[in-house]
Amino acid sequence: QVEQVKLLDRFSTSNKSLTGTLYLTATHLLFIDSSQRETWILHHHIAAVEKLPLTTSGCPLVIQCKNFRIVHFVVPRERDCHDIYNSLLQLSRTAKYEELYAFSYNPKQNESEQVKGWQLIDLAEEYKRMGVPNAYWQLSDANRDYKICETYPRELYVPRTASKPIIVGSSKFRSKGRFPVLSYYHKNKEAAICRCSQPLSGFSARCLEDEHMLQAISKANPSNRYMYVMDTRPKLNAMANRAAGKGYENEDNYSNIRFQFVGIENIHVMRSSLQKLLEVSGTRGLSVNDFLSGLENSGWLRHVKAVLDAAVFLAKAIAVESASVLVHCSDGWDRTSQVCSLGALLLDSYYRTIKGFMVLIEKDWISFGHKFSDRCCQLDGDPKEISPVFTQFLESVWNLTEQFPQAFEYNEAFLLQIHEHVHSCQFGNFLGNCQKEREELKLKEKTYSLWPFLLAEQKKYQNPLYNPAFSPELTLLEPNTVSFNFKFWRNMYHQFDRSMHPRQSMFNLIMNTSEQNKQLEEDIKELEAKIKQRNGQSDVVLVKEQEQTAHPAPVALKTPPCFQKEQLPMPVNDAVRTIEGSNTADNRYSELVSEFSKAEPAVVSLEYGVARMTC
Amino acid sequence: MEFAELIKTPRADNVALHRPFHPAVEGTLCLTGHHLIFSSRRQDNAEELWLLHSNIDSIEKRFVGSLGTIIIKCKDLRIIQLDIPGMEECLNIASSIEALSTLDSVTLMYPFFYRPMFEVLEDGWSSFLLEQEFELLSSVTNEWRLSCVNKEFSVCPSYPPVVIVPKCIDDEALRKVALFRHGSRFPVLSYYHKKNGMAMLRSSQPLTGTNGRRCKEDEKLINATLRSGRRGFVIDTRPLNVAQQARAKGGGFEQEVHYPQWRRIHKCIERFNILQESFIKLVEACNDQSHNMDRWLSKLEASNWLTHIKELLTAACLAAQCIDREGASVLVHGSEGTDSTLQVTSLAQIILDPRCRTIRGFEALVVREWLLAGHPFQQRCAQSAYSNSKQKWEAPVFLLFLECVWQIHRQFPCSFEFNEQFLILLFEHAYASQFGTFLGNNENERAKLKLPQKTMSLWSWVNRPEELSRFQNPLYEANSLVIWPSVAPQSLQLWEGVFLRWNRPSKFLEEAEEERINIIKYNKELQAKVNALRRQLAELETGEETREE
Repeated sequence: QVEQVKLLDRFSTSNKSLTGTLYLTATHLLFIDSSQRETWILHHHIAAVEKLPLTTSGCPLVIQCKNFRIVHFVVPRERDCHDIYNSLLQLSRTAKYEELYAFSYNPKQNESEQVKGWQLIDLAEEYKRMGVPNAYWQLSDANRDYKICETYPRELYVPRTASKPIIVGSSKFRSKGRFPVLSYYHKNKEAAICRCSQPLSGFSARCLEDEHMLQAISKANPSNRYMYVMDTRPKLNAMANRAAGKGYENEDNYSNIRFQFVGIENIHVMRSSLQKLLEVSGTRGLSVNDFLSGLENSGWLRHVKAVLDAAVFLAKAIAVESASVLVHCSDGWDRTSQVCSLGALLLDSYYRTIKGFMVLIEKDWISFGHKFSDRCCQLDGDPKEISPVFTQFLESVWNLTEQFPQAFEYNEAFLLQIHEHVHSCQFGNFLGNCQKEREELKLKEKTYSLWPFLLAEQKKYQNPLYNPAFSPELTLLEPNTVSFNFKFWRNMYHQFDRSMHPRQSMFNLIMNTSEQNKQLEEDIKELEAKIKQRNGQSDVVLVKEQEQTAHPAPVALKTPPCFQKEQLPMPVNDAVRTIEGSNTADNRYSELVSEFSKAEPAVVSLEYGVARMTC
Repeated sequence: MEFAELIKTPRADNVALHRPFHPAVEGTLCLTGHHLIFSSRRQDNAEELWLLHSNIDSIEKRFVGSLGTIIIKCKDLRIIQLDIPGMEECLNIASSIEALSTLDSVTLMYPFFYRPMFEVLEDGWSSFLLEQEFELLSSVTNEWRLSCVNKEFSVCPSYPPVVIVPKCIDDEALRKVALFRHGSRFPVLSYYHKKNGMAMLRSSQPLTGTNGRRCKEDEKLINATLRSGRRGFVIDTRPLNVAQQARAKGGGFEQEVHYPQWRRIHKCIERFNILQESFIKLVEACNDQSHNMDRWLSKLEASNWLTHIKELLTAACLAAQCIDREGASVLVHGSEGTDSTLQVTSLAQIILDPRCRTIRGFEALVVREWLLAGHPFQQRCAQSAYSNSKQKWEAPVFLLFLECVWQIHRQFPCSFEFNEQFLILLFEHAYASQFGTFLGNNENERAKLKLPQKTMSLWSWVNRPEELSRFQNPLYEANSLVIWPSVAPQSLQLWEGVFLRWNRPSKFLEEAEEERINIIKYNKELQAKVNALRRQLAELETGEETREE
């Protein structure tokens, strides 16, 4: 506990600050300011802590979080600052899974609730929903003991014609044993999205079983005789991989495939791209042109567009050509997860519902071994493994929600909340790098699943504009991917910088109004029932009179609930109608303050002289 | 002149109309004196397009064999293409459109011929008079007076006949001050902040010249707006070096020695060709769908448009801050005081004054701070982003102002009575209209053209209840506070409603907007119903009680 700590505004040009007390708990860093407002920061969210050079007011400490919050404290005494710094360094770097918050987090659920919670998302059920197993696809038990591929789930769907030797042979020809398996089945088109890793083709190697495998996938689609193989990497990268004995499919060796590169960059490029983006957006007194050129130089929006373009290509191949598509990158757990899941999201409206989106993440990300632990740096590990691949996926989804405001059951807050928990390590879902690891950690016994908690508060995540009739089952979303459609996601990257958001949130207002409408509907039912009851007792004439007087009335509800303060998960504003008119210093045009203190410009005093001489 | 002389081919059949995101339509094209009319002959679903010739910014023609193609680029940024069979017809039509869209006499413009089909409930020409404004003002303060010194436009040709000035300054002094200000635009009241009695004045630059001329009456005039012992701020919309250079041409700025109670702050708000080029570049960038991300972002950056937005908003916030936070009076001017000055003073009022955020209040603001204040609409809005003429006086000054209002609107979506469509409407009518409101460059010209007698006012039309309902913001809830927008680049956005309007399918966005409105409407219905039922129940209950007694 350290008192008299100042919390500075990240963007304010004035030296306005909040003074309060800083507490360190086992799991959180807590700051309580003089007006008793609390700022909680989970240790797992801390990405970096930095001690700046000592100033007259104290020792500045900057904490960067994985949810893009940046807090700037000034601690009066250097020794305290040093202690906090060291403690935070230790607390934010966990060496073992068992030390993560999820293992100590107790949401007061009993054991059966815990078990039920983990059963909420059932992938077997999901494959059934898609329509497999069927005449062409079956459940394979080849990987039941993780013998063929450690990073795949136990239960995999493959073409019926793919026998076990073919599977085994194919897996030996694929990086990390990640052989082609079913990711999504489109029952109307009878076409499939399959995923795998790159083939170990080098310059000339081939593998008959692998060729058979692809043929089997192709044949499992009765409506089209060719299939696409999408290599999501830039061609140059794929070619470079050949030198290392890996590479891509040679069209001559595989019959009836159409091979396509789509050029999404690798995790290292994405990491440095986001880094650049954050550097730009974090600059104080940023000019429009610096912002735009920074946005351009970071390449971030270009990458998001590339991911979405790939997904559109995939979705169109299935919906328009009825062709099956095999997607891979290098290891098949980053770009492949992005493209497969976004493709399915465009194809199947189920994934645009709250529950469906959870299923999608469980399926294409968690079960197929996206390395959440490494990518999100849950344990102290190799910084080169960190990459915002999942963040990028969420951003792509957000872009779609912007273009199709009525197609999604969930809202932006849902995406942000998932992002929050991918990094929080508070729930077991995203811990570890693959299913095998999760089983070894006994996560289902020792931790809780995030999904039931999100579902319990799903009111907060519902999109009030959602219209299920907008896109009936299996209608393709066709987003416009012209560059100007992609925007900087302010609510993600400046979630905690209040001064940057609209002071009145149209979203919150609509959200609350729609919520209130439901309540009012209930009230009306209740009132009507009561009146009916009364009418049974009283005479009818009376009622008729009343109905005439009952025309539009002065609104008695002076303060409808939608104008009350209600804590929404949105970063935008706690209170719908609160306006921070009181704080011009929040905004960057307050250069005035400094202009006041500036000395008179030299030129003016020169004029002084001129004026006197002429007088 | 007869329009018929200009129309060699009044009608062409089998013309195909192409618009982005719409299937091509075949139909008949007709030319009249003021309109290009296209109507599809399909009986079931007849489609008509009426385009004012004055809305046409540029026209291109191409030929493939005997099929001619005319590409029409409009001032509202829309682009349409007409395929006309027959080379002669096509050439005739193209030359007619060209001639009719560039008529040089104002009195030949459509507003002089337009006969309204609606009943005029209120003559918009007299809806917003400065006299009414003054009446409101005199109910809170008696420090100001209405001066008729400019009757017959004898003192300042670009000012209206009446102006509001400090009470202690007589007309004789005003005449002297007028001689000291560029274009005779002496300082007048732009806005009075009731909350603390501070005033915002606007004028043109003082004519100090290189030898530092002064004018005692000018000093007295603006000092009259200060409280004793308090300072005021002069916001010069030009950077210091530009203001200094202006002295060589007889212009200048208020020097500290003569205006010791005033602090000068220089801002950099661009005008004229810099704005026009920025506008042209932005529209070019938005119209090219083939740009990859890097190219799009660099084009957006190179246009500098959002930089202008940020600069302007910053200056307006600064003026508002001086008045509301510092409790100081403010004088705003640039060079002529007809462009950037008006942008700053009108935006500051949007920030400070809740009344300006209502529909009528905003209309009054446009009349007061733009039309009466002498913004040369006719010159500035002669051409839009597609024109090749590149005249020095063309500039999207008013559009930039509207976009800044839109940016604030986005940040305070519940604080404005009007919606985005209203702003777009004003943009369209400033460039091409059947109404006379935006014709002419100042009141003087409007009086000479007898616009109030000979043309219809935009306000007469728009303020009718059936039109007004289209421009109302369902989220509006009167907000009496000062609204401070964020000017961070992350908070500013491209005005898609204007710049991407014709470049992307907007169906889904429109449907979503409709749904938003429905939710709000439904909420009001439900509340009314609940209240009615509650009352009914209450009356039943009391009825029972009385009977029981």
